[in-house]
Amino acid sequence: MARIQIGALRKTYPGARADTLHGIDLSIEDGEMAVLVGPSGCGKSTLLRMIAGLESVTDGEIRIGDRLVNQLEPAERDIAMVFQNYALYPHMTVRGNLEYGLKNRRTPRAEIDARVTEAARVLEIEPFLDRKPQALSGGQRQRVAMGRAIVRKPQAFLFDEPLSNLDARLRGQMRVEIRRLQRRFATTSIYVTHDQLEAMTMADKLVVMNAGRIEQVGSPMDLFETPRSLFVAGFIGAPGMNLLPVEDLRASGADLTGLPGTTSVVGIRPEHLLPDATGAWMALHVTVDAVELVGSETLVHLGAAGLSAPLVLRQPGAARLAPGMPLRVGLPRQHLHCFDAHGLRIAQDSTDPALRELESRLDALR
Amino acid sequence: MQTKRTIFPNKGLPWLLIGPQLIVTAIFFLWPSAQAIWTSFRREDPFGLNTTFVGLANYTRLFDSGEWVAAAGRTAVFAVSVTALSMISALVLALAANRVLRGSRFYTTLLVWPYAVAPVVAGVLWWFLFNPTIGLLPYMLSGFGISWNHRVNGGQAMTLIVIAAAWKHVSYNFLFFLAALQSVPKSLIEAAAIDGAGPFQRMRDIVLPLISPTTFFLLIVNINYAMFDTFAIIDATTSGGPAGATNILVYKVYADGFLGLNLGSSSAQSVVLMLIVVALTFVQFRYVERKVQY
Repeated sequence: MARIQIGALRKTYPGARADTLHGIDLSIEDGEMAVLVGPSGCGKSTLLRMIAGLESVTDGEIRIGDRLVNQLEPAERDIAMVFQNYALYPHMTVRGNLEYGLKNRRTPRAEIDARVTEAARVLEIEPFLDRKPQALSGGQRQRVAMGRAIVRKPQAFLFDEPLSNLDARLRGQMRVEIRRLQRRFATTSIYVTHDQLEAMTMADKLVVMNAGRIEQVGSPMDLFETPRSLFVAGFIGAPGMNLLPVEDLRASGADLTGLPGTTSVVGIRPEHLLPDATGAWMALHVTVDAVELVGSETLVHLGAAGLSAPLVLRQPGAARLAPGMPLRVGLPRQHLHCFDAHGLRIAQDSTDPALRELESRLDALR
Repeated sequence: MQTKRTIFPNKGLPWLLIGPQLIVTAIFFLWPSAQAIWTSFRREDPFGLNTTFVGLANYTRLFDSGEWVAAAGRTAVFAVSVTALSMISALVLALAANRVLRGSRFYTTLLVWPYAVAPVVAGVLWWFLFNPTIGLLPYMLSGFGISWNHRVNGGQAMTLIVIAAAWKHVSYNFLFFLAALQSVPKSLIEAAAIDGAGPFQRMRDIVLPLISPTTFFLLIVNINYAMFDTFAIIDATTSGGPAGATNILVYKVYADGFLGLNLGSSSAQSVVLMLIVVALTFVQFRYVERKVQY
């Protein structure tokens, strides 16, 4: 049980021209599940591996609990890691895999047996204890990898994209299970993924990374509702937020009065677009390009003369729209996200809940 | 295993394609082997004019003679020493090359060179290095108070051929070990490091078990090499001497047959060697390849 603090952490690979990490500051509270998410190459795995002690620290500091661990060997950091390919020892039985870390730490035999039995029970892998990993399915191997982490009772769990080798259904199950286990043991955890759905559903604290920097840290809903930058806005949520350059809006004849003057891009989530905008404050004339029925909801792709990228509108149930139909979509004021020329969020009055409420009532009245 | 079958419309073409290989095999392998087996049952007169069938006499004489048994013992010592020395040094070199991230290709290329050296040349090289009169190493050893003369001292002669033969085969072992080490997933080593295993334990518990298939394969190949493929090195360095101290089985076949002109006994010896090769190969395919699966 420990707090993990990272201060001004930098990583430069020898011979590389640019830094991989440019000064990361992050603090993860005791028992918290932090999820690092970002596109490949953003440095999230490097950060995790530096915390694990598998990569050296170029500059800055990493603290686990009260200890500065920069110079410590991975084994001395009291952490456990779950790897993407599970990294189970293929020549040992499941029991051997679970015991290995404890044996190396000279844990008494009775204690080893007790912990292995307990972990096997929690993970429901008792029937496989004497099998080799080769004889297990992907999901079972994943459990063994989790088991290897929990028998050690470490200060922190580190997960490096642990679910990316599983099929979609199993991934959904394991997601819930990992979260359940993490809560049960109340162990501080860092979870790396490139899957924003995993990130949203599992995180207490969501850390969005891009090109070696942290873009935003907060609860998943914080990031979803008030993305601090265009990058976060586009990355969190599926399908992504519609991002409309102001020029496009102007070209398609939208009324822009009332937008902050420095606005360069306007964002709106697919579920906030109104399919019928008679009287909305801002509206666009569009044509239906394609209709995707997902079952519980419908995704409608819209195009318009002045728009460089298509808009996506999300509606619950089956929408009665067909490709080619003209539509006038409304962009409700209270759901607009405005970004300046640097791609940063412009703090708006709409962040004030009272004003937001008023705006929406006005919209409804018109 | 599924194999792709190609259907040839003409029956002659497959034979034409496989023909050259079959002819080479027949002329250079099957025919001499048959000859050896045939000759091993016969005795030639001193002038080589005619031969008589003697049954198993050549074999019984062989196993009764202390000389052949002694040579077999020497061969065992030689084979075990060469295998151990060349495999251990190759593993150490492969581990070192595997640690180097940059330029490992460069080291690999350098380390493969000895394999390209013809055995006789390698033998002559070591003959020069260890030459008691003009050699570099005897001179250096004399500084430590060791007097080196493999022409007189049988143990030193054995040491010399072991070093020469092992050196020649280190490259081969190195390549296989390096490939095996590179196929060990890095995350396994990292997982073991997090699990509290030090470098030595990681080596013992993870790396060595995972490369064991390669190790066993090399074990068989090296024993084969030491027993049957070292003729040229011995011929160029010690010629079986002094007093037969380095006269191992394969050299004895040559010495008895071509120098002693006892073709019957020589053939019987080579048939015995042939059976040993068959046995080793059988062990390799039957047991080793199956047992070391994890």
